[in-house]
Amino acid sequence: MISSINRRTVLRGMLGGSAITVALPFLDCFLNTNGTALASGAPMPVRFGTWFWGCGMTPFRWTPTTEGRDYEIGDELKAIAPFKDQVSVLSGFGVSLDGKTNIPHISGALGLRTGLAPDSRTSDIPSVDMLIAEQIGKDSRFRSLEMAATGNPRDSYSFRGAGVVNPSEESPIALYQRIFGPEFQDPNAANFTPDPRAMVQKSVLSTVADQRADLMKKVGAADRARLDQYFTSLRQIEQQFALQLEKPPPAEACVVSAAPEESEVGTDIRDARRNHKLMAEILAMALACNQTKVFNVVFSDSASSLRQAGRATTHHQLTHEEQIDEALGYQPEATHFIEESMAAWGEFVGAMSGLREGDGILLDNTLVFAHSDTEYAKTHNVVGIPVMLAGKAGGRVKSGIHVKGNGDPITRIGLTLQQLMGVPVDKWGTKSMITSKSVSEIIA
Amino acid sequence: MIAFQNIKRISVAAIAAITACTVVGCAVPSDTAKDGAVVEVATDGGPPTVRRLTAEQYRQSIADIFGEDITVAGRFEPDVRAEGLIAVGTAQVTVTPSGFEQYNSIGRNIAAQTVSEEHRDRLVQCVPASIGEADDVCAREVLGRIGQLLYRRSLTDRELDTQVAVARAATAELDGFYEGLEFALAGLLVAPEFLFRVETAAPNGRELEAYSKATRLSFFLWNAPPDAELLDAAARGDLDTSDGLTAQVERLMTSPRVTDGVRAFFADMLGFEEFDELAKDSTIYPAFSLKVANDAREQALRTITHHLIDLQGDYRGLFTTRQTFMTRALGAVYRVPVATENGWEPYEFAPDDPRAGIVTQIGFVGLHSHPGRSSATLRGMAVRELLMCQKVPLPPNDVDFSVVQNTDNPVYKTARERLTAHRSEPMCAGCHKITDPIGLALEKFDGLGQFRETENGVAIDTSGELEGKSFRNAVELGEVLSGVSATVSCVVDNVYRYAVGRMLAPSETAWRTQLIADFAENGYNFTYMLRRIALSPAFYRVGEAGEIQHTNMRHPATELTPQENRS
Repeated sequence: MISSINRRTVLRGMLGGSAITVALPFLDCFLNTNGTALASGAPMPVRFGTWFWGCGMTPFRWTPTTEGRDYEIGDELKAIAPFKDQVSVLSGFGVSLDGKTNIPHISGALGLRTGLAPDSRTSDIPSVDMLIAEQIGKDSRFRSLEMAATGNPRDSYSFRGAGVVNPSEESPIALYQRIFGPEFQDPNAANFTPDPRAMVQKSVLSTVADQRADLMKKVGAADRARLDQYFTSLRQIEQQFALQLEKPPPAEACVVSAAPEESEVGTDIRDARRNHKLMAEILAMALACNQTKVFNVVFSDSASSLRQAGRATTHHQLTHEEQIDEALGYQPEATHFIEESMAAWGEFVGAMSGLREGDGILLDNTLVFAHSDTEYAKTHNVVGIPVMLAGKAGGRVKSGIHVKGNGDPITRIGLTLQQLMGVPVDKWGTKSMITSKSVSEIIA
Repeated sequence: MIAFQNIKRISVAAIAAITACTVVGCAVPSDTAKDGAVVEVATDGGPPTVRRLTAEQYRQSIADIFGEDITVAGRFEPDVRAEGLIAVGTAQVTVTPSGFEQYNSIGRNIAAQTVSEEHRDRLVQCVPASIGEADDVCAREVLGRIGQLLYRRSLTDRELDTQVAVARAATAELDGFYEGLEFALAGLLVAPEFLFRVETAAPNGRELEAYSKATRLSFFLWNAPPDAELLDAAARGDLDTSDGLTAQVERLMTSPRVTDGVRAFFADMLGFEEFDELAKDSTIYPAFSLKVANDAREQALRTITHHLIDLQGDYRGLFTTRQTFMTRALGAVYRVPVATENGWEPYEFAPDDPRAGIVTQIGFVGLHSHPGRSSATLRGMAVRELLMCQKVPLPPNDVDFSVVQNTDNPVYKTARERLTAHRSEPMCAGCHKITDPIGLALEKFDGLGQFRETENGVAIDTSGELEGKSFRNAVELGEVLSGVSATVSCVVDNVYRYAVGRMLAPSETAWRTQLIADFAENGYNFTYMLRRIALSPAFYRVGEAGEIQHTNMRHPATELTPQENRS
């Protein structure tokens, strides 16, 4: 009786043991919400990602002096000059605090990401990258991938809601192993044999998921929400195994290179730069191999802990403590870190441009949203937080222009990004940041 | 309304008997626990909690259940600190997809080791009728035995049937009994009932049911899951009787493993997860290494457990004790000779040494510093927040730090001079009056914790005042800290929050007062407090079933405001 019911539960998808029996239910997985199948000959997948750096910029050195196309590049943005056609600059948009305290280096980053100035150091509502992942990420092996060049898993600005932060991968090797380890299936492999262990694994997880109803009866409402997230996560991993049972569609740009060497991880700027570059290259491969469509890269944390060997002060400390050089008009040492951050951003765009895909490059089918946590870090200003966009998102985006926000809610950008990625939303943000006005200048 | 009920309480005499020797190996005579009934303050408790295992608790669970030789290979989602404690954070976190992916791969790996030829004799125990076929009897035996330890309760028949069916189906798919068993075990290892400590109320709705009691108790005292004996005691209903509970609490308290529990508590209270990310600039502090960081953490914990458990010392003595332990690596930083080549040796700072108490150790002054220099403000904040449970307000948004701590400043050579200049800004003065006098007392320890007399050639002045009591140096600061009431109430609050995984509920105010008074009456003996809580009805009390709410209590600690401290 009882045991036979359980047997049936367990055997679901297992009996017979051939991939064909389980293929049908997963057909949906390979369709995006628009119903365009991911078969060969179909449009390239469009990816979305964020790229974060801490402690802002020096407004007069960073902000382009001209608007529109072919904008004039300032000293702090020199590193992106080779990619100017690919990168748009969105300046002068702001987070409104609506009377809340400006939590230094937190309010800006979270306000911009979630559309709500936070009350604490975490967010109870999802960040824009997760809203987009919900829309475009479901059919990929990884719903999203997070990584931090600082080597700290806590450095992440990607929120699933209810205070849940997506932890970052801490090293290039860990990132590589996670994506290209034993469970990676080469989309271009000549032969495909579904691994019976993947099928068993999927069924085991399905059995665990079946405990849900019993468990939920035991706990209160708040804990139910937390356990719901646990089961959602379980389902996503179950789906990863389900995808392993299907032959992946070929991806011509997918070429996997060897694993990186083990490298020193930390906040020394040299380590962060090296690890960031390796992570960018691994990520580009992962995108080309269709392992994910959504990513979050942290170059430095919001109160930037980057430092230079032999110096007593970190980037963040310098922004507050270093005197402004009267002749130069800015803080030379703190500015060095801004320039390093922008150089890293240039390298990131370079890595995304380096891979050919179809008739163009990977970046043509990608949209990267780069931003910081403050405008001028010394004063924690959250109006004018620097934002850049790289890529054409499969032709949906006009790239290479400078748009001035004139103090408009920064949620205009988050709204636009969601719309570009197909999220059915006509307004976004909370309180005075609520907006229905997208940044039409960048829409193709 | 306050209700009272009579309960048996461990007597002062019993505590005195214990303090006469070390805890380990000293059992309390059973009759002393039955000395006169006292009036126990009643509470309404809080909601049962659902706590995610910390990385350390996960590892300990695997070591206890599968053996020390089973490798736990992988990373865990970061633990989250809430209201000052990771223990409270565990009741608020969940599992992200990347976290689940990691649990799954760690669990798969543990399951594979369990059924491997190397380990199967010990861990599987039974032998299947045929190696290539399912054997429900053997599978049931293994999954029931291990499942009970993982779930921290016995599995229901239905659950066990399901697990046996999983093993059978997987065996059929993979043509091997052990392969099938492996996957069933892997399923148990990612089950929510293992990864989370899911507490449930007894049918009366007023206290935890027995298995939840056992789990709360075991993690509180050992930072480990309940062992088979404690689970058996729970199954028999022993934990619901005073004698049965006392017997188990005594067993746990007199085990050497109580040291693990005390270490876990202090690692949490003192924010020692920060050691994971601790970095020092190698040019400025060439003596720093990963080994120094690990040893500094270990030194602090050894100092604490030696004082509180081995010596049964007064908690307040942690701020003044000169006894500690050294390794060669630490000796290089403390500049003391260490004879032992590898490993630890006891060390006592001389009476005229500038160090005494945990606050003067590298594990405190080195941890609460910048990578390239000391920080009076960070240290002052750490004393206020971690040791006194006082919240220091955030700095204003548009603060100008340019004068603050430029170590090359030609005018202000020491931290005191720089901070004094900074404090002349009225907007900064309030908070810095809270943090700086404490932190400046520790300025003779540089950013790594090495002793120095001067900064930039100028003698360092370490004098100051805290709660009206003046001190001349770090040693005297320790004496002042050992005498202020906030350090005592803070550790009591933290221990209780740590034990129950939430902030104190409003109905627990009187109980808290009682606990602090009892702690004082018993010479601030830390193990007394652990026992007191473990034996109290309050510890097992939960809110009415159906009225469960997530803890959102206000921080009971004094919130310091600049205004209050300007005087």
